[in-house]
Amino acid sequence: MTSVYDSLFLHTVVRAVVPIIQVFAFYIITHGHYSPGGGFQGGVMLAASIILQRISVGEESYRRFPRKAGIVLAGIGALLFALLGFIPLFLGGSFLDYGRELFWLPSATAHYWGIFMAEIFIGLLVWGSLTAIYDALASGGVE
Amino acid sequence: MISDLLLTRYPFLFVALLLVIGVYGMIMKRNLLKKVIGMNIFQTAIFLFFIQGAQKTGASIPVLSPELGSASESYLNPLPHVMVLTAIVVGVAITGVAISLLLVIYRSFGTLDEKRILEQLRESA
Amino acid sequence: MAGGWLLRLVGFVLMAFLWVAIVWGATGLPRRGDPLAPATVHQSVAVYYIERSYEETRTPNLVTAVLVDYRGFDTFGEALVVVVAALSCLLILSRAKGVGREGRGGEGGPAGGAQ
Repeated sequence: MTSVYDSLFLHTVVRAVVPIIQVFAFYIITHGHYSPGGGFQGGVMLAASIILQRISVGEESYRRFPRKAGIVLAGIGALLFALLGFIPLFLGGSFLDYGRELFWLPSATAHYWGIFMAEIFIGLLVWGSLTAIYDALASGGVE
Repeated sequence: MISDLLLTRYPFLFVALLLVIGVYGMIMKRNLLKKVIGMNIFQTAIFLFFIQGAQKTGASIPVLSPELGSASESYLNPLPHVMVLTAIVVGVAITGVAISLLLVIYRSFGTLDEKRILEQLRESA
Repeated sequence: MAGGWLLRLVGFVLMAFLWVAIVWGATGLPRRGDPLAPATVHQSVAVYYIERSYEETRTPNLVTAVLVDYRGFDTFGEALVVVVAALSCLLILSRAKGVGREGRGGEGGPAGGAQ
């Protein structure tokens, strides 16, 4: 599982395909309002692009996206989502009350942008978690 | 009754088939990894059951479109879709934890066969 | 031989009975696409979500609006479940690095076994 298959064809195709997968995954995350998709689906696709690179290319992938970056990304995503939920409590609303949090916008637009920000944070979170699960299984735990 | 079953309730045949395959894998196979895969097949059957239970004739997907307006008869019920989305993500997390537990079991027993693990436990007890 | 073909045959027969029982129970469920079924007939909550969600959130995708806005608390809990699962994978495997280095040798790889 941790051996690298040395094939020029495979390396070239992976190098061409991984950015396309990532751009498409960002499209799915940010168009969660208008078409089926959203944070979870886009996050899984981003994790799949990193795992594809790790399986086929090997060490170069560990240089660009280090082994410990997965769980750090997941933690940052969870922290930001929790902050998005806790800030309205200080401003007089309830938990995850987007209308009170973005108080300078009218209510429907505030809900729209609140949903957008929550989708981005969920995408980060799922990306980091699934990459961390793969890294843990492939390397046998952190040092 | 059989023809009525086949014409109007045909998804349940396939949901039941997947469910039974999953249960067979969880009970009758001796390898622990195959039991985990049987659990995944069982989960997939339950997701299919929820999704096809929310189907409605003549309705469109739960994304509001300008030409269908906002009438509630022309859209599917979005709530089972929401539940299944949550359940899929939780299923992935459970499979990840199960496989990492299997890795620890393999390292400490040397095998993933249920019968041999039980023998080793009985010998050492 | 105690494992053998008889146990597998009994297993197949039991699973066939289970399949027949599930399908027989499913004849009591509403037919596919029935507009009068309880999952599709519009009771209070689904009607509210379909008719009022555009003016409250301006989001055409009903599933995203329900998942992140109306039921955002459940989504928060589920996101935490995913992060905790990733953390527990890392922790289980890092504590187990020293386990079984001197352990018992067994036969068969991770996918071995008779079945």
